[in-house]
Amino acid sequence: MSFEIFFQNLLNALQWGSFYALIALGYTMVYGVLLLINFAHGDIFMVGAYIGFFFATLLMGKYAGFSTGLPPAVIFGLTVLVTMVLTAGVGVAIERIAYRPLRRKGASRLYVVITALMCGLILENGNLALLGASRRNFPELLPNTVHNIAGVTFSNVKILVIVTTILVFILLETIVRKTKLGMAMRAISYDRMAVPLMGIPVDTVIVFTFILGSSMAALAGVLFATAYPVLEPYMGALVGWKAFIAAVLGGIGEIRGAFVGGFLLGFVEIFVAALFPSTLRDLIAFSILLVFLSIKPTGIFGIARATKI
Amino acid sequence: MRSYSSLLSYIALGVLAVIASKTGILNAYVQIVLMFIGINVILSTSLNLVNGYMGEFSVGHAGFMAVGAYITSVLNVMLFTQSSLFGPPLLNPSSALFLFPVTLLIGGIGAALAGLLVAIPSFRTRGDYLAIITLAVNYIVKSSVENIQVIGGARGFMGMRNVINSMQDIINIPWALVWVIICVGATVWIIYRFVNSTYGKGIVAVRDDEIAAEIMSVNTQRMKMVAFMLSSGLAGIAGGLFAHVLGYINPGTFTIMKSTEVLVMVYLGGMGSLSGSVLSAILFTIILEAFRPLQVAKWVVVPLLLILLMLFRPEGIMGHRELTDIFPRLRRWFGAKEERG
Repeated sequence: MSFEIFFQNLLNALQWGSFYALIALGYTMVYGVLLLINFAHGDIFMVGAYIGFFFATLLMGKYAGFSTGLPPAVIFGLTVLVTMVLTAGVGVAIERIAYRPLRRKGASRLYVVITALMCGLILENGNLALLGASRRNFPELLPNTVHNIAGVTFSNVKILVIVTTILVFILLETIVRKTKLGMAMRAISYDRMAVPLMGIPVDTVIVFTFILGSSMAALAGVLFATAYPVLEPYMGALVGWKAFIAAVLGGIGEIRGAFVGGFLLGFVEIFVAALFPSTLRDLIAFSILLVFLSIKPTGIFGIARATKI
Repeated sequence: MRSYSSLLSYIALGVLAVIASKTGILNAYVQIVLMFIGINVILSTSLNLVNGYMGEFSVGHAGFMAVGAYITSVLNVMLFTQSSLFGPPLLNPSSALFLFPVTLLIGGIGAALAGLLVAIPSFRTRGDYLAIITLAVNYIVKSSVENIQVIGGARGFMGMRNVINSMQDIINIPWALVWVIICVGATVWIIYRFVNSTYGKGIVAVRDDEIAAEIMSVNTQRMKMVAFMLSSGLAGIAGGLFAHVLGYINPGTFTIMKSTEVLVMVYLGGMGSLSGSVLSAILFTIILEAFRPLQVAKWVVVPLLLILLMLFRPEGIMGHRELTDIFPRLRRWFGAKEERG
């Protein structure tokens, strides 16, 4: 593998890993607070991409009699913001309707996981039933200029994705480490019983966690649709499962873990596809994962909690 | 007499079903639904062994099913039928009648060995990390099958219909249904005897408190290995039956979607409730068939129903209880030999 090809693949892997990282974040934050694997999260990513699609086409005047005439870059910015807000609404709605009543009843958390799986199925197939199976093309909002430095080509979308992911990482680390809310989140994951006694509103913190996670999934959705402009109802399923794997690989419950795990999975997948026939990609990537988790069962940053007798 | 009542009534029901299908009272569609109910019962009870009784969270049951399905199908097609892939049959096609259970069992053993892939990491890790490992195993199995071109790769594998046909040439009864009925009975009996035996109680002990179980001289590693291998082996047998009922399998059948279906059946019935698993497998299969006219909307309505059910009964239909706990009078007829604490 020559130098240029290596760097080309490295850049591709960074972009691919960025999507995993952004989605894995939602898994890991919800898990950190609730110990719940929110399997609907991959489909929230899909919902985000679709909301972005409809909002962008609305602003571009694809529907009768309404046109804003804004420049595409402004539309892109507005789409990202509005999509994040609306998708956060979807995430919170699922939490309120499906998860919270179960939590109040003190159901075993595995039943909540099954409910999450069901919510994901409803989002996927509801979309299929409502909008039909036809794929949709995301409009090209950003001019796709391709740069070339020393034989390595990259588009501005790729750079945007990578830079956004790094900024999100810094933002979230700051929120979790430095703010009062982040302290409350860490406290809940540390000791669920003691936190309400300290006067911390648990439900508010949980809702905020869902807002953060879902809006990051929406961001990933819009960016994904910009980079690979084909939307279909099942786009979130496989990416969602793999992002979950990335979250666990990094050590679930840790923000750093989600990012490192996401990028790691991206690297493994892209480089396996570059070195071997691409049909072997899943096989080798998951075998590596299996071996890794057998050696280090708690992921990269995860800490094994001692159980008291 | 009393201790055989459940066995005898099951045999009577099975014979009745076979006679009814033979004489045409049950049409082909009802037969297929019956067989799927049976296969789902095997899948949900076997997964319940790991997810319910042992309290792990395995999400890759379809992977083991795929291993069993492919091993059994390839063996049967190679041994008993004329195929373009393997040429003339190696054995007399009529011997399929006696050797079919053997190939089913070999498929089950193969799946149990695949279960070792999960069982060995489970010594060191639990909970969500183990869930990921099962998920990875499911993907690995599916992806490996896709990459083995000899058995069709992603295109799938067929020819199992001829095996069933060659059995029906000898004695003309619906053999697929017969084997499903026998395997369902055997599975439920094995799991029932296992979890109620002193040895099998070790699994429940691992769920309740692994450290305490170890102190009480339960060999937790061996218990985990036995539970995972038994569970995946039974899933492999279910896969073998599934392949012969459909007559065609491809790797796309054994995805995470299939695993999710089995998971739903287990949690719908209640963790650690054998009768719950059986009931929910029957209920779930019938619901899926009943909503078939809705087409795409089926997969919206069914999850919605399940969410509502979860909201009203967060512990599944049966909770941790068995049918005999809810209707104690049943104990006079079924399972009278075991005394429960």
